[in-house]
Amino acid sequence: MEYILIFITAIFVNNIVLSQFLGICPFLGVSKKVSTASGMGLAVTFVLTLATIVTYLIQKFVLDPNGLAYLQTIAFILVIAALVQMVEIILKKVSPSLYQALGVFLPLITTNCCILGVAILVIQKDYNLLQGVVYAVSTALGFYLAMVIFAGLREQLSMTKVPKAMDGMPIALVTAALLSMAFMGFSGVDGGLKILFGLD
Amino acid sequence: MNKYLKIFKNGVIDENPTFVLLLGMCPTLGTTASAFNGLSMGLATTAVLILSNLIISLIKNLVPDKVRIPSYIVVIASLVTILQMVIKAYAPEVDKSLGLFIPLIVVNCIILGRAEAYAAKNGPVESIFDGIGIGIGFSLALTLLGAVREFLGAGAIFGVTLQGENYGMLLFVLAPGAFLALGYLIAIVNQLRSKK
Repeated sequence: MEYILIFITAIFVNNIVLSQFLGICPFLGVSKKVSTASGMGLAVTFVLTLATIVTYLIQKFVLDPNGLAYLQTIAFILVIAALVQMVEIILKKVSPSLYQALGVFLPLITTNCCILGVAILVIQKDYNLLQGVVYAVSTALGFYLAMVIFAGLREQLSMTKVPKAMDGMPIALVTAALLSMAFMGFSGVDGGLKILFGLD
Repeated sequence: MNKYLKIFKNGVIDENPTFVLLLGMCPTLGTTASAFNGLSMGLATTAVLILSNLIISLIKNLVPDKVRIPSYIVVIASLVTILQMVIKAYAPEVDKSLGLFIPLIVVNCIILGRAEAYAAKNGPVESIFDGIGIGIGFSLALTLLGAVREFLGAGAIFGVTLQGENYGMLLFVLAPGAFLALGYLIAIVNQLRSKK
């Protein structure tokens, strides 16, 4: 039950992009077409899940026992950068077709703040490994969902005429605002679920 | 002197990271629920940016080209860790309100972008001025966005109440307001620039 709660909360109630403002750069940058947005979403899902597992293990088995918790930021970003590079190399060898689909997005992911953000949040929220993984997967799915919906909206938007000053980023931001408002409709669902599951 | 002034002006106006280059959007949207939060995020980023520009312009000839980006990230991450400790020690309330966004300065594209585009090609003094210019441009943008959101959302600026007690469009303090306010501010900037 607890995992369902984490799952629903991370996707809808505290959507990583629309209510926590992490991963805004790819959200605004590669969302002009649904196909690229979905590729980016998949790449993030893949790396985010892996990165969360690895950084969690590093925090619990390397940093904490040695009293090095203050090195968290440096250690995590290095691990993420190395991991992304490794995923890229492995994918190239093992699955060229998947590499074709995700390849362009992988280097961009290192500086995607939702990866580092989620890695740190899992430690801050004091999750265990399984909870952390569920949280990471559902956050990534939330990211994917937001990306694809937003890209769909922008595809429609590119066919409409907007005032010159609003063209491009401003109108995209206003659209994101409306989408974020729509997601606000989910707020409170987590509280309801807690009562329903008897976790309160 | 004139040259440095030009670098400075370039960062604040011509290449304003938020309104013109559209970089570093996560902290821009995530930390501007009030003018004070925006300002403190801007200043924190500025501090890291100036130091990282300085250090990277000093070490640029020592670092092999292939490991350039990882080395820059280590420099930036170390600076952010130091900053995080300083903020925790001297301004715990800032640490509380910015929270996760302080360690996330590491992945702010403005910093790595300036390291790559400017500090890796220019001398230390120019790089410092570039850091100051871009940093102030970013801080001004964040403070402005924070002030707009705080004014519309809570009827105050920097915590000074300007509207009646019961005033408040909560929407602007919450997530959608960030997107909305930034969208319209960029549109206004676009309009002003096209008039020029």
